[in-house]
Parts: sequence; C-alpha cells; structure tokens
Amino acid sequence: MTGAAATALPAARARWLLLAPALLILAVGAVGPLAVVVIYSFLTPGDYAGVKWIFSGEAWVNLFLQQDIFDDTWQWADAHLSIFWRTLLLSVGTTAATLVLGFPTAWFIATRPKRSRSFWLFLVTVPFWCNLLVRTFAIMQLIRNEGVINTILRGLGLIDQPIQMLYTDFAVGLGMAYVYLPLMVLPLYASIEKLDFRLIEAAYDLYAGPWRALTRVVLPLVRPGLVAGSILVFIPALGAYVVPRMLGGGNRMMIGNLIDLQFGQGRNWPLGASLALFLMLIVLAALLLYVRQVGRGDARNG
Amino acid sequence: MPSAATAQADTDGVLDAVALEGVSRVYGSDSASAVRAVDNVSLAIRANEFFTLLGPSGCGKTTLLRLIAGFDHTTSGRVLLNGRDVGGLPPFRRPVNTVFQSYALFPHMTVADNVGFGLKMQGRPAAEIAARVAEMLQLVRMEALANRATSQISGGQQQRVALARALAPNPEVLLLDEPLSALDLKLRKAMQIELKRLQRDTGITFVFVTHDQEEALTMSDRIAVMSQGTVRQVGTPREIYDHPAERFVADFIGDANMLKGELIRVDGATGVVRLAAGLEVPARVPSGAPRSGPVTVVVRPEHAGLTRDPAVSGIDVVVENAVYVGTDTQYHLAAADSTRLVVRSQNTRADIGAYEAGARLKVLIGDHAVQVLRD
Repeated sequence: MTGAAATALPAARARWLLLAPALLILAVGAVGPLAVVVIYSFLTPGDYAGVKWIFSGEAWVNLFLQQDIFDDTWQWADAHLSIFWRTLLLSVGTTAATLVLGFPTAWFIATRPKRSRSFWLFLVTVPFWCNLLVRTFAIMQLIRNEGVINTILRGLGLIDQPIQMLYTDFAVGLGMAYVYLPLMVLPLYASIEKLDFRLIEAAYDLYAGPWRALTRVVLPLVRPGLVAGSILVFIPALGAYVVPRMLGGGNRMMIGNLIDLQFGQGRNWPLGASLALFLMLIVLAALLLYVRQVGRGDARNG
Repeated sequence: MPSAATAQADTDGVLDAVALEGVSRVYGSDSASAVRAVDNVSLAIRANEFFTLLGPSGCGKTTLLRLIAGFDHTTSGRVLLNGRDVGGLPPFRRPVNTVFQSYALFPHMTVADNVGFGLKMQGRPAAEIAARVAEMLQLVRMEALANRATSQISGGQQQRVALARALAPNPEVLLLDEPLSALDLKLRKAMQIELKRLQRDTGITFVFVTHDQEEALTMSDRIAVMSQGTVRQVGTPREIYDHPAERFVADFIGDANMLKGELIRVDGATGVVRLAAGLEVPARVPSGAPRSGPVTVVVRPEHAGLTRDPAVSGIDVVVENAVYVGTDTQYHLAAADSTRLVVRSQNTRADIGAYEAGARLKVLIGDHAVQVLRD
C-alpha cells in the first residue's frame, strides 16, 4: 500500500519539484538581471551614476545618434559607430584567423593515431589553465616597444626604431586569435574526427585534386564543426573586454569596453544597458543564422 | 614462382590493360620488422577481361588494387596501364576508377550528383554530364532514385550507385574492392550476374578483388590466386579448379582430397602416378613440380566415383559417414592405410541412400581426375 501511495504522487508535481532548482537559478541568475538591464535602458541617468526613475528612450537613441551640445542638432554618434564597426571587423577577423589556423591543427590531431590524439587535445587545452589576464600580459611583453620581438629585431640590426605593435588593432586581433583558437580547434576536431577518410580517396579516384577534394568533399562534410567553431569564437569575440582593454589601450575600444565605460567613468547606466542589449541582439542574430545553417546541413545529410 | 602471366604479355600485339612488373610493397623500413604486403608480383591483365584477385584476408590483394589505383605507391617494380608507366601519377590522374568496399558515396550529395562527380571533376560540359548520368543510372536501374540522398537508399542500391559512379567517367580499368561483401546472399548472387552483364556491355576491363572462391569462379575470365603477398597461380576458373598447381590453391578453392603417391613417369605436362593403394593413374603435372619420386596429388570429391564391384581396380575404402546435402551426397571414406577421402556423388531419384555407413567400396579415379601438386 505504501508503494501505491508513493506512485500516487502526481507526476506533474514531481516534475516541477525536480525542475525547481534549475528554474530558481534561471530566474535569479538570468531573467532577473536581464529584466533590470532592460528597465535601466529606458530610464534617465542619475547625476552621480545610478539611474533616476524617469522614463526615457534617450539611451537607445544615443546608441547611434547624438545631439550637438551647442546647436542641439542630431548627428551620427561617430564614436559609437566606429566602435561597433571595429568590434564587428575584429570579431570577423578573429573568426577567420582562428579558422585558418585552427583547421590544419584540428586536421593534424584528427589524423594522429587514436591513442596520441588525447595528448594533442590536452595540449590545446593547456592555455585554459592559466588566467586570461596573465596570458594577455605575456603577449604584451612580447609585442611592446621594449618587448622580446622588438629587442631581437633591433639586436639583429634589422630595424632602428621599434615597430609599434602594442595598442594597435593588430595587437587586439593577435590577442583575440590567440585566446579563442582552442574554441575553434575543438569543435573542428570533433567534426573532422568523424569524417570518413575513404571519401577523400573516393574524391581522388574521381579526378578531384587535393584542393577540390577539400572544397567539394571535406569542407561540406565538416561544416557543422566549421559553423560551431565560428559561432563559439565570434560571439565571445563580440563581447571581448580584457584583450582590447590591455592590448588596444584606451583608444582601441570594442563594445565591451564601451559598456564598461558607461557604467564607470561615463556615469551613464541607461546607455550602458542599451549597449549591452544591442550586443545581445547581434549575438542572437548570429545564433539564429547558426541554427538555420545547421538545420539546413542536417536536412541535406539526413 | 608462376611466370605464366608475364610470358603472355604482348604475345598477341595487344597491350595489356594492366601490367604489373615485379611489383613489391613493403611496409616498415628495417628488414627485421618489414612487412612484404605485396612481394614481387608480375601480372598481365588483358583488355576487356574480368580479372579476379582471389585470396584470404591479408594476402595482399587489396594492397595490389590500391597500387593500381594510386592510393599506395610501390616499393619496387612498375605499374603500367595500357603500356604507360603510371608510377608517378596520383590517383586523380590515373584513368582508373574504384568501387570501394564501403561504397564511399558522398553523403552530402544526391545519387545523381554522386554519379556525376567524376565527370564534373574532369570538366565535362553540364549537358554531357546530365546525359551520361542518366545513361549510367539506367544501366544500373537506378533512374527512379536519381534525386534521393544516398542515406535514403538500401545497401544494394548504394552498391549500384557506387558502380554507376565509377563507370560514368568511362575508365580504362574498373577496380572493384570486395564490392559484394556487405550484401546478403540473395542480393549478392543477383549482383554477381549484374556485374558480369555490366562488364560485357561496357567492355571495360574489370579487376575484381574477393576472398569468396565461388564468386571468383562464377564471374571471372581469369583468376589470380594470392597468398602472403605473392601470386600462386593464374588461370581460367576451370584451370584453377581442375588443375590447381599447388597445395594452397587446391585447399583454398573447393574441397580437395590430398593423396600420397609416387611419380613414375613424366611426359611434358602429363605423367603416371602410383598411389599409395598401389593403383596407377594418369595425372597432370604442373611446371615446377618434381619430375619423379614422392608427390602429393589432389582429386576433387566429385571427380571420383564409387562402386561395389570388386572386379574393378580402385582404392578399397569403408564408408564412415554419408552426408545428404540435397543435390548430392558426401561420402566420408577411410582407406586401408587410414587415409581419409571424401567423394561426392550426385543424387538421382533412383539411388536414394545408395551406400550406407560401413559399406565396403572401391573409389574409382578417372583418367583426368588426378593433379600433381608442386609442393
């Protein structure tokens, strides 16, 4: 009879009880803060940071437009637009660079004997053991004017003046490509590892040279990995903060740094909130594109 | 070493479709651990021939096929296609196509795109490709499924698509790597006939790799039996079956009674053997076999007869066991010197249960039934 009583507990209620911890965390950790950000983006900035509870759409308008201080005419917010543009360029560039660097790496690992693959994968993950800040500092030591590279080049007599690398877009791109490379290699490896290498022989057999075997057979088949890796690099790259802050200096900002600025020295929380939401919209758009791409691939393969 | 194959090269003035000259493939560099996957193989495969490489797994037959296709390179020796040395050419520059054991159809393409892939890579015009793809799909009876994904068709259909894909570019030689091994028995039988028909219709030289002796016997014009990286014997299915030159070939193909005997007279390719039972019988003697003294001979179970008649000269035996297998009955026999023999006799309605266990019989050996082995 007791067994029957236990099973008599309504199944629906049991499910809710099991879900409750996760739902609580989602409510407190995701929905709540997001709601705060949405609400703040429609308020008026406080005099000394914070917000005044007066509704205003100004923060959203200020994403793209700004009012001249003297004659009150509206102009494009050049500073914001150039930061958006730089963010987009650097993220796309980082994705492309990690793709070009990561594909041969993933290929190399996937074609090793099964037993040694885990060793190579382990090497790929080693950088994660070290704090991002420390690794970024290490890059600074390499590329700054008195850094390792410039010192060696000067020692060899190849240059008289140090090459300015730190605080350039190049430095930011280099740092981001370095930081995000494992995120590209791992999904690519997962895809390549599943690839039936006999298909490459079949392509060779049917008069496709190496380049066409790559573009007509290999790339279409590892596309899920290409897309997943690109998304995994592109999305965090859009929100990058530490690398552009340290390697780009003050005037090579990306959106992440701009958001930080609004909540800090800028004392414009609503603008910071609207920037954060704008960034989230871009990420959502990228994810939608990803879902559609992968869905299309499945339909064709399945 | 059998050298019949090389001797035949160029005798009729027609170039061999495939000629292998002393081809070896050795894996591993130091001599202690080196594996000779293919060891000094010379073969001449004629144009329009259905040629089969037959042997147990690990005998080097697939490696040999890959050497012809260009997926692997020879350690020494030459591979010639229609007289042209293709040694330095990668697979995509060799005028041969392969039907892979796994089919290796491109999963991201339709059936038609798979068949058209080779032509597309050759840079043929789109209209020609479309026409040729339609023609090929018709040839393998797959025209109704042209736009299906390769994952949506059955194993037998995938097999046909793989065949059509490899035939579409009209290769000089078609290489088939155990293409029927993944099919069930009934489908395999059907595909054997189908393959033979395709070979006849297209006139393309087929080089077929299999470990299935029955498949080899039914389909081939000629067979090369391989073992441990070497070719043991080359010949028509009838030659290979009726006149195996050595123990391995006799054992690998069909059932064989191995009997001890003494070669007492040889005249060219024929001779007379005195069997242990004292019986003297005419025998075929292959080149390279001993010309006198003790030899092993092979007699196929269905090439011997049985009789109760004591007047006939034959080997005295006792029936140990009679196994009825439908079309015929297999008699397991023991001779006086305890040699075991198997004789197969075809069943007719008249002699159901002709001989029972324990019966004393004589084994009759016909004039063309005995083959002397080289080893």
